[in-house]
Amino acid sequence: MLNKYQIKGMFKSTFLHIILMSVAATCLFPLFWMLRCSLMTNQTVFVDKSFFPHELHFMNYFQAWTEGNFGIYFINSIIYTTSVVVGIVVVSSLAAYAFSRLEFPGKKVFFYMFVLAMMIPLPGSFVALFDLMNIIGLVNTRIGYILCMINVGLSMSILLLKTFFDKMPPDLEDAARIDGCGRLRIWWNVALPLARPALAVIIIFNSLNVWNEYILAQLLLSDKNLMPLQRGLMVFQGSHSVDYPLLMAGLTIAAIPIIAVYLFMQKHIIKGLSSGAVVG
Amino acid sequence: MSTPSAKQVSFNKLKNNAQNFSFILPAVLIFATFYIYPFYDIFKLSMHSWNGINLHKTPVGLDNFFELMTDGIWWKSVWNATYITLIALTFQNLLAFGLALACDREIRMKNFYRVVFFIPPVLSEVVVGLVWKWILNPSVQDGQHIGLLNYFFDKIGLHHLVHNWLSDPNTALTCIAVVHSWKGFGWGFIMLLAGLQTIDRQLYEAAKVDGAGFWKTLTNVTIPMMMPVILVVIILTVLGSMQAFVLVLSMVGQGLVYHTEVPVTRILSAMTGTNRFGYACSMGVVFGALLIMVSLAFKFVSDKVKQA
Amino acid sequence: MKKLLKGFLICSFLVLIGSGLSCSGKAADPNTVTLWHWMNDRHAAIEELASRYEEQTGIKVKVELFAPPDAYTQRIIASAQSRVLPDIYGILDKKEIFASFIENGFVANLTEEFAKDNNAWEKSLFAKAVDVNRFKPNNPQNIEPGIYGVPIDVTNIQMLYNKKLLEKAGIKTPPKTFDEFLAAGEALKRVGITGFVAGWGELWMADCFASNYAFNIMGEDKIMATYRGEVPYTDPDWVKVFGVFKTLSDKGILIEGIVTKPNKDAEQDFALQRAAFSFNGSWCVNVYHNMNPDLDYGAMLPPAMNSKFPLKIWGGGGSSFVVNNHTPNKEKAIAFLKWLTGHEQQAYLSESTKNLPANREALSSIPKILSQFASAMDDTTHPTIWKFNELPLVVENFDKGIQSIIIGEKTPEQVAAEVQAVKEREIEKAKKRKR
Repeated sequence: MLNKYQIKGMFKSTFLHIILMSVAATCLFPLFWMLRCSLMTNQTVFVDKSFFPHELHFMNYFQAWTEGNFGIYFINSIIYTTSVVVGIVVVSSLAAYAFSRLEFPGKKVFFYMFVLAMMIPLPGSFVALFDLMNIIGLVNTRIGYILCMINVGLSMSILLLKTFFDKMPPDLEDAARIDGCGRLRIWWNVALPLARPALAVIIIFNSLNVWNEYILAQLLLSDKNLMPLQRGLMVFQGSHSVDYPLLMAGLTIAAIPIIAVYLFMQKHIIKGLSSGAVVG
Repeated sequence: MSTPSAKQVSFNKLKNNAQNFSFILPAVLIFATFYIYPFYDIFKLSMHSWNGINLHKTPVGLDNFFELMTDGIWWKSVWNATYITLIALTFQNLLAFGLALACDREIRMKNFYRVVFFIPPVLSEVVVGLVWKWILNPSVQDGQHIGLLNYFFDKIGLHHLVHNWLSDPNTALTCIAVVHSWKGFGWGFIMLLAGLQTIDRQLYEAAKVDGAGFWKTLTNVTIPMMMPVILVVIILTVLGSMQAFVLVLSMVGQGLVYHTEVPVTRILSAMTGTNRFGYACSMGVVFGALLIMVSLAFKFVSDKVKQA
Repeated sequence: MKKLLKGFLICSFLVLIGSGLSCSGKAADPNTVTLWHWMNDRHAAIEELASRYEEQTGIKVKVELFAPPDAYTQRIIASAQSRVLPDIYGILDKKEIFASFIENGFVANLTEEFAKDNNAWEKSLFAKAVDVNRFKPNNPQNIEPGIYGVPIDVTNIQMLYNKKLLEKAGIKTPPKTFDEFLAAGEALKRVGITGFVAGWGELWMADCFASNYAFNIMGEDKIMATYRGEVPYTDPDWVKVFGVFKTLSDKGILIEGIVTKPNKDAEQDFALQRAAFSFNGSWCVNVYHNMNPDLDYGAMLPPAMNSKFPLKIWGGGGSSFVVNNHTPNKEKAIAFLKWLTGHEQQAYLSESTKNLPANREALSSIPKILSQFASAMDDTTHPTIWKFNELPLVVENFDKGIQSIIIGEKTPEQVAAEVQAVKEREIEKAKKRKR
C-alpha cells in the first residue's frame, strides 16, 4: 500500500510533469510544423489540413540542398563557426580569468568597458565598420568576417565566464600554485575544466549566433564561395515569392548541426555536476 | 645583501602586472580594432545631418538630440521595449528558473526536457514568425477560424475571447512580448541549469537534515548561491529584450501604427526609411546611454542588496 | 602540458589566419564586369544570361547577389562611402536618394548612350520604365537632365478579383465604380466571404492605394501643390482620401488584421481564396501560379470614385541598374546592359521569372493575365516620375495615419490634422537649416 506521502509525491510529480509536458509541447509544435511543411509541396502546404500530409516529398531535401548550393555554404559555415567559437573561448576565457583572479592596474575600467560595450546598439555603425575593414584590407576575406564575429560575441562571453570563475572556490587553484604551476597552466588545467558548464553555454550561444548570421556576412563578403549557409536559404525566399517547402527543408538541414552542437554540449552542462561535487 | 633593491621590487611588480595584463590583451586588441572606430563614428554622425550617400556631412551640433528629446514616438518606442523587457523579466525568467529547478532534480525524462526546452532558441525567426502568425491569425474562411487560438476559443465556446490579436493596440505588444519570452526562455533555462549544477549537493543534504522544506531550501540555499548567475541572466534578458526587433518585424511587419515600435525599429526606419543617418545615430547614442544607466542603477542596487 | 597548450594556441591561430589567407587572393580582372543585385528570385536567370554573354563576347560578367534588399542597401551605402562600388548595381530607394548618388558622382550619365542611333535603345523600352531613371529639366534635385539607369523589367499595381468567389455572391461583372465595389463587398459579406485583402502591413502598399484615389479625387496638380506646401492635408479632398479607408473599414470589407499583413501573407490569402479582391503588383502572377495554379482571377483598375480626374495606378520600371561612374569598365558595363535589355534576353527573363519585360517587343510571349497588366501601363504613374515628392517623415506619418483609421483609432479629420502638423514642423526645420 502506498502511504500518504507517496500519494502526495506521486500527485506532485504528475502535476510537475503536466506543466513540463505542456511547455515541451509548445516547443515541439513549431519543429513538427517545420518538418511537416518541408515534406509538402507549395500548392498543398497551406491547403492540406490533415495532421500528417498525404504525400511525403522527401525529394524536397535533395532539391533544397542542390538548389540552395548548400555544399559549399555548409563548409563555409562550419569554418566560420568553429573558428569564431574557438577564438571566443580562448580569448574570452583568458580575459575573464584575469578579471576574476589576477591583479593589474585598470582592471575594473577594462571590465566595465567590455560590459558597457554590449549596451550600445550598433545598427548605425555598418558604414564605419565596412570602411574600417576596407582600409585594413579585410573586406571579402574569411579572416575579416571571423574577427568581426569574435568581437560580436566577446563581451557577453567575458561577462558570463567571469561570473562563473568568481563563483568557483579558489582552493584547487591555490593547491596548484603551491605545486608551482604558472598562471597559464592554472587557467588551462584548473580553471577551464571547472568552468565547463559555462563554457558549454558560451559555445552553444556563439555557435548559434554565427550559424544564423547573415547581415554582417552580406556586408563584408561578396564572393559566393565565401558566403555562409544563410545565403543559401535566401534562394527560397524571393523578394516576392517564397517556396515554403524548400525553405523549410533548408531550415531543417541548417538546424541539424546546431541541434547536434547543443546535444553534445548540454551533456557538459550536466557533467558539471560531478566536477562540482569534487570541488565542493 | 640579499634583500632586493626597491628598483628590483618595482620591476618585478611591473613584470607581474604585465604578465597578468597579457591575459586580457587579445580581447582588448580585438575590441580596440573593431569597436572604437565604429563607436567614434556613431558619436560623430549623431551631430551631423546626413542622408547616407552624400560625401559631405552637414554638422548640426546637438540639434538631433534636441529633436529626439521631444520626439514622442521615440519615447513611446522606448516604453514599448521596456514593456517587453518587464514581461520577459517576470514571465520568461520565472518560467526558466522554474523549469531549470525541475530539471535539476531527479525526475524522469529530464534529459528529454533539457533538449526540448532549447528548441525555440534554435529555431529560425522565420519559422517562429510563421507559426505564431498562424496561431494568432484573425481571419475566417467558410465560417471556420484559420488561427489556431481563435479556432480553439471558438470550439470550446468562449466566443468572446476570439480576437484580432496582432491588429489591436491593446493586445499586439503583449502578444509580441509573450512570443519573445517563449523564444528566449531556453537561454535562461540552460544558464540557470548550468548554475544550479555547480551548487554543492551537500548543501541540500544539510538543509534537509535541518528540516528545511522546499521553499526554505530555495530561499536560504538555492537563491543565495545562484545570485551571481541570476544577475547575469537578468542583465542578458534586459539587453536581449530592449534590443529585440527581428521578432517584431516578423510578426507585425512595419508595425501597427506606432504601437509596436521599439528603439531598434525606429533606428532602422530613420536610417533606411527616412534616410536620416545622423538622427538614427543620435537614437543609438541615447539608447545606449539609457541602457548603461539602467545597468549601473541595477548594479548599485544589487551591491546594496549583497551588503545587506 | 605547457607544450600542449602552446601547440593548441598556435594551431587555433593558424586555423584563423590560414582560413583568412586561403581566399584573399583576388585581383580585379579588366575583362570582368561586376554586377551586384538583390533579386534572389531572378539570380539563376541573370547568371544564365551572364554566361551566355560570355560565350558571345568573351567578356565575363560576375554576378553577385546580396539579399534581402535591406542587406543589399546597406552594402551599397557602405561601398559608396568607401568608393568600392561594383561596375553595375541598383539603387532601391527614393528618387531623392538616387539624385544624391548622381550628385556625388557614383552614377554614370547614360543619356548619350540612349540617344545613339536615333534613340534606338530608348525606343525599344517602355517610356514609363525609362522615365523612372530620368531627370527632367528643372527637376527639384537640380540634377543635370538625362537618363541615369537601365530598367530591366516593368511592373504596375492593380486590383485583382477572384471570379469564383464573386460568382458565389451573385456578382456577374467586376465593379466599375467605387459604389459598386462597396456593394460587392457587402454582397460578399452576406455570404460569409471576406471582401478585400492587401499587404498593408508594408506601408508603401497602403500609400500606393491612397495615392491612386488621391489622383482620382483631386488630380495631379493639387497633389503636387500639397507636396510643395501650398495645399494643406486638412483640405476636404485629402480628408476624402483618408475617408476611403474609413469607409472600407466601417463596411467590414477589409480582411481582419490587414494593417499588420505583409504582402507575402496577403498573396497567400488571395491564392487560397480567403478574400475576393486584392491589390497587388504584376509580380503576383508568378506567386499565385506557384501557390494555386487553378486560381481563376482577373485584373482590374481600382474602381474610381468619380470621373472628374483619371484614377492613376502606380507603375513603371520595376528593377533598374545603374553604371558606376568611376569604373574603367564603364563601356563594357553599358554594353552588357544594352544586351540585357535586348529582345531575346528580355523574353528569356520574362519567361523564366514571369515578370513584365522592359522591352516592348518581348511582350508577345507572355501569359494572358500578364498582358492584362501590361495593357494598363499607360494609366500608370509613380513617385519617381513626379515633379515633387513629399518629405519622407510626412509620408511615414501619412501611412501610419491610414493604419490608425483602419483600426478605428482616429478619424480621417484627426489624421489629416496630424499629418499637416508634421509637415509644417518639417518645413519650419528646413527653413531654419537654410538660415
